[in-house]
Amino acid sequence: MKPIKSNDVMLQTLTRILVFIILSFSIYLLFAGHNHPGGGFIGGLMTASAIVLLYLSFDIKSIKKSLPINFITVIGIGLLLAVATGIASMLFGYPFLTQFFDYFHIPLLGEAELTTAIPFDVGVYLVVVGAALTIILTIAEDDI
Amino acid sequence: MIKKELFYVLIEGGILLDDIALGNNIPFLFAILIPILYKYTKRIHTGWFVLIAPFVLFIYFLSYLPVTSAGDAISQTLNWVPSLGINFNLYVDGLSLLFALLITGIGALVVLYSIFYLSKKTEKLNNFYVYLMLFMGAMLGIVLSDNIIVIYVFWEITSIASSLLISYWFYRKKSTDGAVKSMLITVFGGLSMLGGFSLLYVISGTFSIRELIANADMIATSSLFLPAMLLVLLGAFTKSAQFPFHIWLPDAMEAPTPVSAYLHSATMVKAGIYLVARFTPVFGGAAEWFWIISIVGTVTLFWGSISAVRQKDLKSILAFSTISQLGLIMTLLGLGSAAYYYGNGVEDTLYTTAILAAVFHLINHATFKGSLFMTAGIVDHETGTRDIRKLGGLMTIMPITATVSLIGLASMAGLPPFNGFLSKELFFTGTVNVTSFDFFNLETWGILFPLVAWIASVFTFLYCIILFMKTFTGKFKPENYDGHVHEAPWGMLISPMILGSLVIIFGLFPNLLSSSIIEPAMAAILPEAQGFDVNISHWHGFNTELFMTIGVVVFGVLLYMMMRKWSQTAFYQRERDPFNQLYDHWYDGLIKGSQAVTRIQMTGLLRDYMAYMAIFIVMILGYTMIRYNAFAIDMTNVSEITPYMWLLVIVFTAATIAVPFINNRITAVIVIGVIGFLLALFFVQFRAPDLALTQLLVETVTIVLFMLVFQRLPKLKKEKSRPRFKLINLIISLGVGGVFTTIALSAFAFRNDVNFPSIAEYFIENSKVLGGGYNMVNVILVDFRGLDTMLEILVLAIAALGVYTLIKLRLKGSEDV
Repeated sequence: MKPIKSNDVMLQTLTRILVFIILSFSIYLLFAGHNHPGGGFIGGLMTASAIVLLYLSFDIKSIKKSLPINFITVIGIGLLLAVATGIASMLFGYPFLTQFFDYFHIPLLGEAELTTAIPFDVGVYLVVVGAALTIILTIAEDDI
Repeated sequence: MIKKELFYVLIEGGILLDDIALGNNIPFLFAILIPILYKYTKRIHTGWFVLIAPFVLFIYFLSYLPVTSAGDAISQTLNWVPSLGINFNLYVDGLSLLFALLITGIGALVVLYSIFYLSKKTEKLNNFYVYLMLFMGAMLGIVLSDNIIVIYVFWEITSIASSLLISYWFYRKKSTDGAVKSMLITVFGGLSMLGGFSLLYVISGTFSIRELIANADMIATSSLFLPAMLLVLLGAFTKSAQFPFHIWLPDAMEAPTPVSAYLHSATMVKAGIYLVARFTPVFGGAAEWFWIISIVGTVTLFWGSISAVRQKDLKSILAFSTISQLGLIMTLLGLGSAAYYYGNGVEDTLYTTAILAAVFHLINHATFKGSLFMTAGIVDHETGTRDIRKLGGLMTIMPITATVSLIGLASMAGLPPFNGFLSKELFFTGTVNVTSFDFFNLETWGILFPLVAWIASVFTFLYCIILFMKTFTGKFKPENYDGHVHEAPWGMLISPMILGSLVIIFGLFPNLLSSSIIEPAMAAILPEAQGFDVNISHWHGFNTELFMTIGVVVFGVLLYMMMRKWSQTAFYQRERDPFNQLYDHWYDGLIKGSQAVTRIQMTGLLRDYMAYMAIFIVMILGYTMIRYNAFAIDMTNVSEITPYMWLLVIVFTAATIAVPFINNRITAVIVIGVIGFLLALFFVQFRAPDLALTQLLVETVTIVLFMLVFQRLPKLKKEKSRPRFKLINLIISLGVGGVFTTIALSAFAFRNDVNFPSIAEYFIENSKVLGGGYNMVNVILVDFRGLDTMLEILVLAIAALGVYTLIKLRLKGSEDV
């Protein structure tokens, strides 16, 4: 990507605000997935597009400085997490990828449902974020 | 349990080292040992070690003579694939033993000869002897096996070993060409033989030759009898260089002379003869068998003898002579099979004479042809040429070689007192007898057999004279030879001398072999005719055969005297067999034809391959729809279509149709994006919020990707293509669309007929109870069918890593990871 010229004040200012909104929405989508539209895939894509927006508004170098993340590692962590939830159920003698859920009373939040599907979904989320950004960034950074 | 099985393995191993099986395997063991011996004993010629194998085996097989001459047979079984009935069933009777003795006896002599023929300094002896031992083992396997599949296996090993030996001097183009030719022809025959064997198995349910013979009556009535017979015969004819498959044999003369002497005169080419003799009890008695073998044999005999006359190369003459003699034996086997026509217990010498002649000539041919090849090799080795136009006057320089040659040639020409005379007389008797047969339409055509046999014999006599006179008599011209010409070393002369003396011994005392070898062999070919009393004598009195022989000599000598006249004719000048042209045309045509087919079909253009696939899919699906009459349209269960949906469909269709007409990449991407977003709207309309969200986001990310990539690409060029091409593409696309639309409609219609409960009900009921979530789609994705999701994210990860490596790892040209 070419360095963005300095007169993109509007875009950059808006991005600063918007990215947080989009990111929070994406996190909402991720966790709301079990009972409302959303889930790891959608949340991941939303996060990825927020970060893409950052890259579009600023130059690659400064974003890399503020977001020092290797997205290939993110893919790996996501896959590990997803597989780990599957194997975890095997440890208790259930078939691979058996999910459990129960209701707990948590201070401040009140009655809440916790399920093993959530770590799995987070794994999906991380893989989607990592894969989308790896693909876009490698193509963007490439100079021929 | 394991111990028990180990025990069985040990027992089987013990059988392996038992009598016949060991005999069969010794050459293979040697083939393994030779390279080691060759590497560590450079000072001694490897051939001396190799000599042990055939020599010991020859002695060993001699020890079976009393058994077989008493009419008994030895059989042994070594399990290989018992579940399929394929085992090493070794079976030694008179015929097997005759061949085994030929193989090992001549094998020993050939190895001895090769020790002096091949220099240990310049030749790769390890290769030579490994191939030779492989060949010998396989050949023994063919003649000793009772199981036809095992015969086939060994049969192909002989083809392979033969090709390896022909191309022994692989740096010569002619050698490799000859090897390829012999390989193609003999393997073609071998494969059809396998087909014939398979048919025999289909008919009778057994792979054992003895059981096949026992079921011969049942086989004869089967409708597969004729195909099986033809296929087996094809194998026998190609291997034995019968007309018109004989063309590989002259080209195989590029092999070292010991190979020619061993494989291409005494053993391998007789594998087909063996096969025909072995299967005579199965197929014999049928008119087709009689006619095919007799006619092919006679034509081969005739063609080989006249072709031999016009050759200029010693080994080529001998090659065609071998072809001719094999045709002779084949004819005799064909004529002898007539004995089966009269059924059991026929003792009439009328029919059995032919078989007797075949067996006797088989032995004789092996002896004289082996010695002739060896002397030709000596001449080649000592003078450096095999061309009869250059040779001459060698009689005084090589007296021993000349004498041995003379004996061999006289025997081949059929002169008394050598063994060739006796077998030729018997051959004439056999063919003359045919004229008195009164079946298979023989009354009218039978007279042709003695006639053709006689003409072929005249030519045989003629080329025998040519061979001797052109090589050994005349004036010695030193300028024709490179270097000093002298008699061969003794070692090289021993083998031809032994064979030459056998020619004389069998000629003078023909009954030496009759009770020990010939009678058991005949009994194996004609097991139902009992009590042969073979008594071969020189003098039959003044009968037709004697006059025929006198005629042969007279006409042969006359023709040779007039050679100056007819040697100018085109017939004599044309050395190469015309059937080679046919073969060359076929070979070139095959290559060119397949290249042409490949060029038409493999255009290298992806769009053509896409077209093939699309056309194939349309055709196979369309055919299935038509074949099972699967068209159906049922609109009863269709839900109501809202105006909003109509609007969506119209815009969607318009955008889709627009895409192919766009000539700008960015526009195209935007229009495709429109289609994607419209699809998201469809999902909204069909109440799939998750899908709609995903579709929106994926579409967005995809468009970003497209934009990233497109900034690197050149402008879209307007593709200039002929309208016909566009039309074809249009038709294909319409076809694909039409077929899939019909299938979708029909599937929808048929769904109304069957009443499967949808699994959706289960998910709706249980998503909260079992999965703990209200979003059913998500619960299915992460809980009910989590594995799909897991593998999909794996796909995503692989795609990302793929893009990463593709871009970061820029390899140039032939670089490899």
